[in-house]
Amino acid sequence: MNLFVDIRKRLGSFTLNASFKTADAVTGLLGASGCGKSMTLKCIAGVEKPDEGWIVLDGETLFDSARGINLPPQKRQVGYLFQHYALFPHMTVEKNILCGLHAEKDKATRQRRLRETLEMLQLTGLEKHRPAQLSGGQAQRAALARMLVSQPRLLLLDEPFSALDSHLRDQLQPQFMSLLRSYGRQAVMVTHSRDEAYHLCTRLCIMEDGRILRAGGTKEVFAAPGSEAAARLTGCKNISRAVKAGAYTVEALDWGVCLTAAQPVPDNLKAVGLRAHAFQPQVPSNRLPVLWADELEEPFEWILLFRYQSQAASAPALWWRFPKDRKPAALPDSLGIAPEHVLLLT
Amino acid sequence: MDWYPLWNSLRIAAISIVLVFFTGIAAAYYAVRLPRALKGVLDMILTLPLVLPPTVVGYFLLLLFGSRRPLGMALESVGIKFVMTWYGGVITAAVVAFPLLYRTARGAFEAFDETLAQAGQTLGLSNCYIFWRIRLPACRQGIFAGVVLAFARALGEYGATSMLIGYTPGRTATISTTVYQLWRTGDELHAFYWVLVNLAISAAVLLTVSLLERRQRKGGHVG
Repeated sequence: MNLFVDIRKRLGSFTLNASFKTADAVTGLLGASGCGKSMTLKCIAGVEKPDEGWIVLDGETLFDSARGINLPPQKRQVGYLFQHYALFPHMTVEKNILCGLHAEKDKATRQRRLRETLEMLQLTGLEKHRPAQLSGGQAQRAALARMLVSQPRLLLLDEPFSALDSHLRDQLQPQFMSLLRSYGRQAVMVTHSRDEAYHLCTRLCIMEDGRILRAGGTKEVFAAPGSEAAARLTGCKNISRAVKAGAYTVEALDWGVCLTAAQPVPDNLKAVGLRAHAFQPQVPSNRLPVLWADELEEPFEWILLFRYQSQAASAPALWWRFPKDRKPAALPDSLGIAPEHVLLLT
Repeated sequence: MDWYPLWNSLRIAAISIVLVFFTGIAAAYYAVRLPRALKGVLDMILTLPLVLPPTVVGYFLLLLFGSRRPLGMALESVGIKFVMTWYGGVITAAVVAFPLLYRTARGAFEAFDETLAQAGQTLGLSNCYIFWRIRLPACRQGIFAGVVLAFARALGEYGATSMLIGYTPGRTATISTTVYQLWRTGDELHAFYWVLVNLAISAAVLLTVSLLERRQRKGGHVG
């Protein structure tokens, strides 16, 4: 399975310019709201038309502005799970799912596949319910059933968990993923949650302002986000303006410290990022004296806010986050950070 | 009592509501998709019959279909005459009732969640199916309200109708023109009978509306 996307679309002052290719099982598009990730998905599905570019799925051109190709969504065999599920409100669950089976002309087969899908998604007993009578999790499963039963070649998932409560979300994610795996087709998922992206996606494209900033394996992208915006989107709390100070050394201007990195420092370095979890009191490298500023208690973690001794007063405090059971009896005078955790951002 | 006005009013209202249903929905559907400036102009033109006095609408229709006007003459040469005929009443009722359906349908289409249509497309449903089986049913409450309003307006239309088709007993008389005519000629008793007929029709329409609404609520519909 292969998907190639290279599209441009102007919408008022916003320009979408998305280009990526993927052969992975689940590809994530991670970005803040309004960055163009849903629009990208809609262009792949064909319900929105890009101004120019091309989209190729498994060797078949879905869209190519140069050759005047624009397959209607009905002919793309691409499934779309909408953020709020888009279940037809006037139809029962059963009728909604049958909409995905309209191409199946044999009545017995249609009924059999309807039963199978209802069972697979634990919707048996809810056939005659209307969408308004379903809980969030049931609505998600009904929308998933309707999409899967139409046997799409590619699944597009638009923030599939954002309409659910957080506890329900954690509960449903593993179930959702095993369903996707058993269906065995490629999926592209839009999300603004770095946790969701990390859990569910094997490949990640980070989007900002209509552009893809960084694409790669999920773990690689988190380990080396590459840019300040990508570092923030992957959850990096501590970011400072920085300049190159040596082959492996950077000077963090906001913090007034020099840090050693594991990678050679690029000449066009703009900033440096330190993840809140990466600090260690015992690590000898990059060990620098700190002043404690404040502390925030979370249910299972502590967040300690600190400043480097040489830090400018105007620069915000840094975050150190660790599990509650690892809180030291006395706060250390200095904190270290391993060189591989110094994120070089350009 | 001569029941012709009842029959004539009902057929005029029924035929005009069918015309208005399709033209109003088509106009509303396309108006929603127009750029804002064009939409404003079109909206004004299509709503005009609602705000103009019906006699002014009748005046314009006479300008258009009068037997000495180009369009009137052209139609007459193929045997169609809207002046002083009952089917002229269909034209006046339709023109006056059109804005009511157009505006309520447009409001309903504007509130329609476009992702429902997009979901239908990605499921491979034809655009025609999506329009008739998803978009219209999802907007049915607004459209239904528009149909009721337009039907009531068409049934009660007086001003433009009396201008274009006049009052000829047994040929163009409708309930509204009959009530006026009977009152004018001093036949208060028969005028009163026709008022009762009119009240009965209105009550029947309102009853139907509330029954349909109750049935929809019972069915757990959400619009």
